Amino acid sequence: MPYLGSEDVVKELKKALCNPHIQADRLRYRNVIQRVIRYMTQGLDMSGVFMEMVKASATVDIVQKKLVYLYMCTYAPLKPDLALLAINTLCKDCSDPNPMVRGLALRSMCSLRMSKLDQWGQAEVLNFLLRYQPRSEEELFDILNLLDSFLKSGSPGVVMGATKLFLILAKKFPHVQTDVLVRVKGPLLAACSSESRELCFVALCHVRQILHSLPGHFSSHYKKFFCSYSEPHYIKLQKVEVLCELVNDENVQQVLEELRGYCTDVSADFAQAAIFAIGGIARTYTDQCVQILTELLGLRQEHITTVVVQTFRDLVWLCPQCTEAVCQALPGCEENIQDSEGKQALIWLLGVHGERIPNAPYVLEDFVENVKSETFPAVKMELLTALMRLFLSRPAECQDMLGRLLYYCIEEEKDMAVRDRGLFYYRLLLVGIDEVKRILCSPKSDPTLGLLEDPAERPVNSWASDFNTLVPVYGKSRWATISKCQGAERCGPELPKTPSFTASGPLIPEENKERVQELPDSGALMLVPNLQLTADYFEKTWLSLKVAHQQVLPWQGEFHPDTLQMALQVVNIQTIAMSRAGARPWKAYLSAQDDTGCLFLTELLLTSENSEMQISVKQNETRTETLNSFISVLETVIGTIEEIKS
Amino acid sequence: MISQFFILSSKGDPLIYKDFRGDSGGRDVAELFYRKLTGLPGDESPVVMVTTGGRRHHEGRHFIHIRHSGLYLVVTTSENVSPFGLLELLSRLATLLGDYCGALGEGTISRNVAVVYELLDEVLDYGYVQTTSMEMLRNFIQTEAVVSKPFSLFDLSSVGLFGAETQQSKVAPSSAASRPILSSRSDQSQKNEVFLDVVERLSVLIASNGSLLKVDVQGEIRLKSFLPSGSEMRIGLTEEFCVGKSELRGYGPGIRVDEVSFHSSVNLDEFESHRIIRLQPPQGELTVMRYQLSDDLLSPLPFRLFPSVQWDRGSGRLQVYLKLRCDLPLKSQALNVRLHLPLPRGVISLSQELSSPEQKAELAEGALRWDLPRVQGGSQLSGLFQMDVPRPPGPPSHGLSTSAPPLGLGPASLSFELPRHTCSGLQVRFLRLAFRPCGNANPHKWVRHLSHSDAYVIRI
Repeated sequence: MPYLGSEDVVKELKKALCNPHIQADRLRYRNVIQRVIRYMTQGLDMSGVFMEMVKASATVDIVQKKLVYLYMCTYAPLKPDLALLAINTLCKDCSDPNPMVRGLALRSMCSLRMSKLDQWGQAEVLNFLLRYQPRSEEELFDILNLLDSFLKSGSPGVVMGATKLFLILAKKFPHVQTDVLVRVKGPLLAACSSESRELCFVALCHVRQILHSLPGHFSSHYKKFFCSYSEPHYIKLQKVEVLCELVNDENVQQVLEELRGYCTDVSADFAQAAIFAIGGIARTYTDQCVQILTELLGLRQEHITTVVVQTFRDLVWLCPQCTEAVCQALPGCEENIQDSEGKQALIWLLGVHGERIPNAPYVLEDFVENVKSETFPAVKMELLTALMRLFLSRPAECQDMLGRLLYYCIEEEKDMAVRDRGLFYYRLLLVGIDEVKRILCSPKSDPTLGLLEDPAERPVNSWASDFNTLVPVYGKSRWATISKCQGAERCGPELPKTPSFTASGPLIPEENKERVQELPDSGALMLVPNLQLTADYFEKTWLSLKVAHQQVLPWQGEFHPDTLQMALQVVNIQTIAMSRAGARPWKAYLSAQDDTGCLFLTELLLTSENSEMQISVKQNETRTETLNSFISVLETVIGTIEEIKS
Repeated sequence: MISQFFILSSKGDPLIYKDFRGDSGGRDVAELFYRKLTGLPGDESPVVMVTTGGRRHHEGRHFIHIRHSGLYLVVTTSENVSPFGLLELLSRLATLLGDYCGALGEGTISRNVAVVYELLDEVLDYGYVQTTSMEMLRNFIQTEAVVSKPFSLFDLSSVGLFGAETQQSKVAPSSAASRPILSSRSDQSQKNEVFLDVVERLSVLIASNGSLLKVDVQGEIRLKSFLPSGSEMRIGLTEEFCVGKSELRGYGPGIRVDEVSFHSSVNLDEFESHRIIRLQPPQGELTVMRYQLSDDLLSPLPFRLFPSVQWDRGSGRLQVYLKLRCDLPLKSQALNVRLHLPLPRGVISLSQELSSPEQKAELAEGALRWDLPRVQGGSQLSGLFQMDVPRPPGPPSHGLSTSAPPLGLGPASLSFELPRHTCSGLQVRFLRLAFRPCGNANPHKWVRHLSHSDAYVIRI
């Protein structure tokens, strides 16, 4: 084996390769190249002749080309700068008339592995690979094996990029997905306790995302999610959410202990979040949680008591078994509740479960006494209903004050809704007590609602494409509003601004009108002109249908309703009714019918506090394509109006 | 990809602004960011924010930022990007800026605007990351950093580390570690230095009955090298260093961590056999190794606190007696120890009896602050504090016994620094440089160990 004399061998081969006589003789030239390849396979370092070999690639001899390319692919990683020289030849070969040469060049170019990618490059490539669809299962697993090392990268960006790619590629193999999520646990937990708070926050958001599908995934690491006093508020809130979601039989005691500590935090917001969290856990571990919540009432702090009572209200509705304990805890609470939400919750509890709370009528009586100074209409409404209910179970104690309350609501109250409610109950009482019972004595709990509220574990595939994006950071629902706003923005400027705008002239130039109708690209939607629907018929149909679609568009400032009405007319949408300009809330009811007879009823709503327009559409036949087309027509019109006024 | 990058001071003044793609509204976006940040509802997180409404060209723009040394480093993008990647880039940028300009701060940035823009030009192109490697960048950066004060070796006497945000480094930053990496064109005489720091952050939670609920150690080995790039060095760690629960090395319990991750440039050939890390670090700062350890801490905790509280509900008199025992080895000491104890709302007066004169205690922001500048290992200190708490409104409660502590008291938290001490026990055995600078003196090697508290909480 010529291991020892390798330098001489290289020198000799170099000489031979440069020799013009040999270069002229195709067979001898090929022989020398074959020797180089042979030494290369034996393990000799042949990188010294790289320059000469690159020159040898410029040949018409396909065999020689193949040999040289084999050589280049082996040594390119060692000599990245020299390999650049070969690119030129390869590029030239890519346009060779011979398909074999073209194929060869392309293949060689693909296998040239040059300088290693840094972490940014890796993340970029992993992101790019998301577009690839493996053709077979075998190929899929080859890819996964190849990329395995990226899961161990030191850079969180690369690890998460790789995780996402794995989750998406393995969408048909849940066990592979689970396996990947187990492996990413370490890096995620490390990020959760990272010194960078921002990184920590983003990692926590992703932990929550994973917990939605694998509730037990982080249970044994629950201590990692305990809050430390110095952390910023937004991290604490995320950690509390995580704790709530990973609670199980083994750690529930410790987690509750920890959460209880947060309930007395100096930050009232954080304390309330912790109490709501305990309320969430109470749906599963009712007794322990109700006990903790009851103890919190003993602290007699307003911000604590109000949230505890709200939690109790939700709890007895979902978990009726805790009603007794809650009823025992309630007396005395009323002294420490000042805000509207808390009062409503307390009054509701006293009304619905008043027969088990000895002093319920007297607490309500206090509220009735002070009803004049009560500032929140919602509290008065709740008080009316609660007193009516309690009157049914404890008539003797309630009759007198119910009379006083009804009198006040009907004669003195300024808020219309409260007055109407008072009148309604008054008339109801006139009908007779049996009728009142039939209407007011609804079920006092609904345990099935709890099951509806937390849907079963979501499959990993439902969020795999959101992993390592901004979606988990914003939360799915917020993301939906954000992207809708952006969608509206994109379809808004589709239409050019109409320069002149007079009430008499056509609202939208003729060619644009065509576009408006054709915009939904299917052309399937043809709205019939001159639809005449009476307001009565509209109202009846509106009430009988369910909302098929609801969305929010950004909206700023004032506009003229007539303009909108005309614009809608152009696209054959009839306006049934509309609030006057400047009214808040501003509403409009629209109707349209397509050529198949399908009706579209629409409500536009602008509220005073939001800078957005809410659109609700109902349809008398469920057909998604036409619905979508109709909505995009509507969006276009509204977008145009928005464009014009700004 | 990134549309804009800007740096704001803690007051919201723009220090640096760069637009990479020209697809956004312009400079007022920085102002918009600060307005959004300051007007954010309490339950929303500032890390990632989106613009809605307002001016149309700002619609749907995401702001992603980190806070570093009181500055906001912000990028904007209109795409649904990887948040991990962007945050990583931002912290890398912060490190690079520190490497080039010296310890980050408003002053450093405004003195070195030219360097910062030059750096940004090279790091990002049309919103895509080109490179963040020091070696690559040093070929392109021409501007010299402006340093506020000349470097002197005497500054090394203070403990301050370059990366760790400890209290001391805030008070007295060591200017040796905070000076910039000098460019290749400047004189070579004082460049031969390398700093290697083992820094551990300790999170502890102790229940009111004294039982340990949680221990968490986050450790890092950080290197800041002023040597020419590519000079090889070997770092030897404690040989009994075990990774994972099952591994056994050496005699006795060894030194155990749960997980270790290394920088991608680290060569681990000798790690399995001899616990030696080999690397050729570029100039600048680099985290060589990160490790974590939870729950099983072999050495005793540095501090135990024995509190006793007497609370007379009737008179509103609250008496807190705190005994602090330091369980460090006798030769070690803890510095800048501060105990923070939240007190019930409205506490007015404080009287104190402290066990030694250099301690200080005061009321600050509704909490008791007890400062102990220096605590020797094995020593025990105590403080007796008496306060008056105004009676809570409403009649006295029936549910509560009078002995229960009042609302708002505790939990106590300690912050401290332990120089020359690691809680995991991990030590650097040696730092050997293969490189010998031609003709010059041997390079200075500084190896430092430090633990500091992240959250050390004791329930009362």
